[in-house]
Amino acid sequence: MATLAVSEERKNYLNAEYGIRSWLFTTDHKRIALLYLLSITAFFFIGGFAALLIRLELLTPAGDLLTADAYNKAFTMHGQVMVFFFLIPSIPAVLGNFLIPMMIGAKDLAFPRINLISWYIYIIAGILYIHCLVTGGVDTGWTFYPTFSTEFSNTKVIEAGLAIFISGFSSILTGLNFVVTVHRMRAPGMTWSRLPLFVWSHYATSIIMLLGTPVIAITLVLVVLERALNLGIFDPTRGGDPVLFQHLFWFYSHPAVYIMILPSMAVISEIVPCFSRKRVFGYSFVAISSIAIAAIGFVVWAHHMFVAGISLYSALVFSFLSFLVAVPSAVKVFNWTATMYKGSVSFSTPMLYAFGFIGLFTIGGLTGLFLATLGVDVHVHDTYFVIAHFHYVMVGGAVMGYLGGMHFWWPKISGKMYPEGWGRLAALIVFIGFNLTFFPQFILGYLGMPRRYWQYPPEYQVLNVLSTAGATILAVGYLLPMVYLLWSLRYGKPADDNPWKATGLEWTTSSPPPTFNFDETPVVTQEAYDYENMPLPEEVTLER
Amino acid sequence: MSEETHHIVSAKLYWLIWFILIVCTVLTAWIATVDLGKFNTVVALSIATFKASVVVLIFMHVKYTSEKMTKAILMAAIFWLLILLVLSLTDYSSRTEGMLLPAASDVSARLA
Amino acid sequence: MSDSPLVSDAPLDVEHHDRPELRHHFAAVDQQRNAASLGMWWFLGTEIMFFGGMFCAYLIYRRWYFPEFAVASRSLDLKVGTFNTVVLICSSLTVAMSVRAAQLGQRKLQVKMLLLTLLFGLSFLGIKTYEWGKKYEEHHIPTFDYNVIGGEGDLIKGNEELLGITTEVKNDPVKLRAREAEIQQHTKIFYSLYFALTGMHAIHMIIGVGIFIVITWMAHKGRFTPEYHTPLEIAGLYWHFVDIVWIYLFPLLYLIDRRPGA
Repeated sequence: MATLAVSEERKNYLNAEYGIRSWLFTTDHKRIALLYLLSITAFFFIGGFAALLIRLELLTPAGDLLTADAYNKAFTMHGQVMVFFFLIPSIPAVLGNFLIPMMIGAKDLAFPRINLISWYIYIIAGILYIHCLVTGGVDTGWTFYPTFSTEFSNTKVIEAGLAIFISGFSSILTGLNFVVTVHRMRAPGMTWSRLPLFVWSHYATSIIMLLGTPVIAITLVLVVLERALNLGIFDPTRGGDPVLFQHLFWFYSHPAVYIMILPSMAVISEIVPCFSRKRVFGYSFVAISSIAIAAIGFVVWAHHMFVAGISLYSALVFSFLSFLVAVPSAVKVFNWTATMYKGSVSFSTPMLYAFGFIGLFTIGGLTGLFLATLGVDVHVHDTYFVIAHFHYVMVGGAVMGYLGGMHFWWPKISGKMYPEGWGRLAALIVFIGFNLTFFPQFILGYLGMPRRYWQYPPEYQVLNVLSTAGATILAVGYLLPMVYLLWSLRYGKPADDNPWKATGLEWTTSSPPPTFNFDETPVVTQEAYDYENMPLPEEVTLER
Repeated sequence: MSEETHHIVSAKLYWLIWFILIVCTVLTAWIATVDLGKFNTVVALSIATFKASVVVLIFMHVKYTSEKMTKAILMAAIFWLLILLVLSLTDYSSRTEGMLLPAASDVSARLA
Repeated sequence: MSDSPLVSDAPLDVEHHDRPELRHHFAAVDQQRNAASLGMWWFLGTEIMFFGGMFCAYLIYRRWYFPEFAVASRSLDLKVGTFNTVVLICSSLTVAMSVRAAQLGQRKLQVKMLLLTLLFGLSFLGIKTYEWGKKYEEHHIPTFDYNVIGGEGDLIKGNEELLGITTEVKNDPVKLRAREAEIQQHTKIFYSLYFALTGMHAIHMIIGVGIFIVITWMAHKGRFTPEYHTPLEIAGLYWHFVDIVWIYLFPLLYLIDRRPGA
């Protein structure tokens, strides 16, 4: 029935208006989501390039590709770009912006103009950071620790700090928009207990953005002032305490990792029931676990500082609390698994990414527990073990969720189907490449290879070579979707309104949706994942 | 939902609150010159908190709103600030000023 | 459409037509106002955390260096600080009065109260500038010829006991130099935080003044009615918040230890 080229026939948000001004001055949340998509992808390339430099350098034990200073800049910029300019905005600013109003039955977010402003703030921050990059860069490590950052580094710390400070406001405004939208813009009948779990997770993420980001903002201000005015508030030779900086920095930066993972979990919570044709097991538990992760995530920050000079007693407190934060994450993993149990599971591209997420996030999460254990942390802190841990959760977790979500909602966003065969192949390549890149790093760290070192003893070389080989494969896996998704815009099969036969109000709109989402305000009477009453999708085959 | 527009605070109450705030300001400045030992700080912060509460409740209309979210947001932000302050203090109150007390990493070194 | 329960009673189209300030994605004016208010309260929540980071730094160092903090705090002019606090409180009164005037449809009174608010706000900033000027003369601004030992900004004389400069220390030049160096450093931390805190507060005041210039203009143009004065209301919330930050800064910075003697 739906073999018409839907996007050409009807007015939708993409063809409603043409011209660069209609994009740069839009207040349509869907267009803003696409503006963000372009920007974060650009930064992903920049951060990826820095990663390439790192992995190339680490092919050999000697420091032969880059100078030591250049290497410091490479890993600093890889971290800062990937964290602040890619991961933190990624899912919320792209998928969150696009989907949340539709998921709750609203015409837009509560503050559309602020939404646009948040993108401009992000762009200004990004341009400032790129300027910093090309005029010398910064070499302090993504964590900006004083007194190196405040006194001894000869790089553009102030500029980088200011850029990240500015980007924080983009985050805060996005969070603000989401929270007010979820509270005040829900359609009639859309009670809290009928909200898609995607919305619950983004709500929790927004709380973290609102309450955490301001602290790193003020901390960066203090670093900038310290460096510019030579104050000494973080300098132990002048009565200051560098550990104070770390407390303030990690108070945000730990919850920040939950900003990066919760939206990805949001995506998984949508994909798994759809491709299991079954409602989510334990909806309330999954919903509350998002809030619990946000809340508990705020009281564990000093586990990054166990060997920094904090007292043993506070280390014990933070270690204990860090164990607690694993519990709600585990609840999610169990519930997703239970959702699949006795479901009708299909191996579509989004579902492959979801599988990848669940497995890799579990490994990453469990290794986090190793790190939370004081005795183990003393041994593996500042080694590749830590690097492997956080890449498992950030890349194996967050990025796979992001890719899964992009594939899942691609038909809705673009009105086209991506080629399923290529999708699955790319997912497999990503999975293989990822594990080859980062699993050796667990071993390297355990064997004692420190992080942020540009040269290493020869006995570590084999594992490093494996890691770099994996990174190359991973890069291919990332490039493939960029190619075929773009290809699909022109040549892809036009998509139905609801090609996956998924539940959720966003699937009741056309693909792509009209500018104001709904012609009439929907009234909600069903619970969120009513898959019993949904027809099966057309079989997800390779012929698509 | 239109609580704010329906309740108009009387000008008299505003003037009264203003007066109370002025009195408290002068009071806190004066009490600081009186020796209360440790309690000077407690008194000063208590007066400040009283003043802040009065501004929040009356000037910012929180007393008259039926909007639960307003109070929830305020409580949340204050509580979160307390998390930052209190948990940081668990570190600082268990090591001495500026000196490097045995930190977690040193303990294992010393025991070895 | 008519059988879907919406937030307000008025049919959707009529309300959008009657109320030009109602934006298309909202169903009713109440919803829009409520959303704006919620948004501003959340923003104030973020500001609590923003200033909170500096309060944390202040708290830690005040515990570590209480004597130096006390002595530096005494160098701030108590009378001027108290007066400035009063000025800010007056500005909160006038803001609240202007919102009230809007609720009652009194345009002239609105504008009068807003102009007074601006006057008080600018006075506060002026007095602050005067205070900072004094600090500059006394060499109490870090980076700018900072010095608290001797000279116009000497903090030692009269505070020896508080600062632990006993006769034993005074008679031992090595110990004296060491203690003086510490006092120099630790008071500098106080002043760094003092300027960071009051500077950040002043920036917020300046932004507030900017916002209120716009609001005053809008009020003058008659844009605020009993039915619609949301921008004024939420701007007022911001202004009160900045006042509250000062309500805490005043005792924390000026009143650390004002007891006569030690």
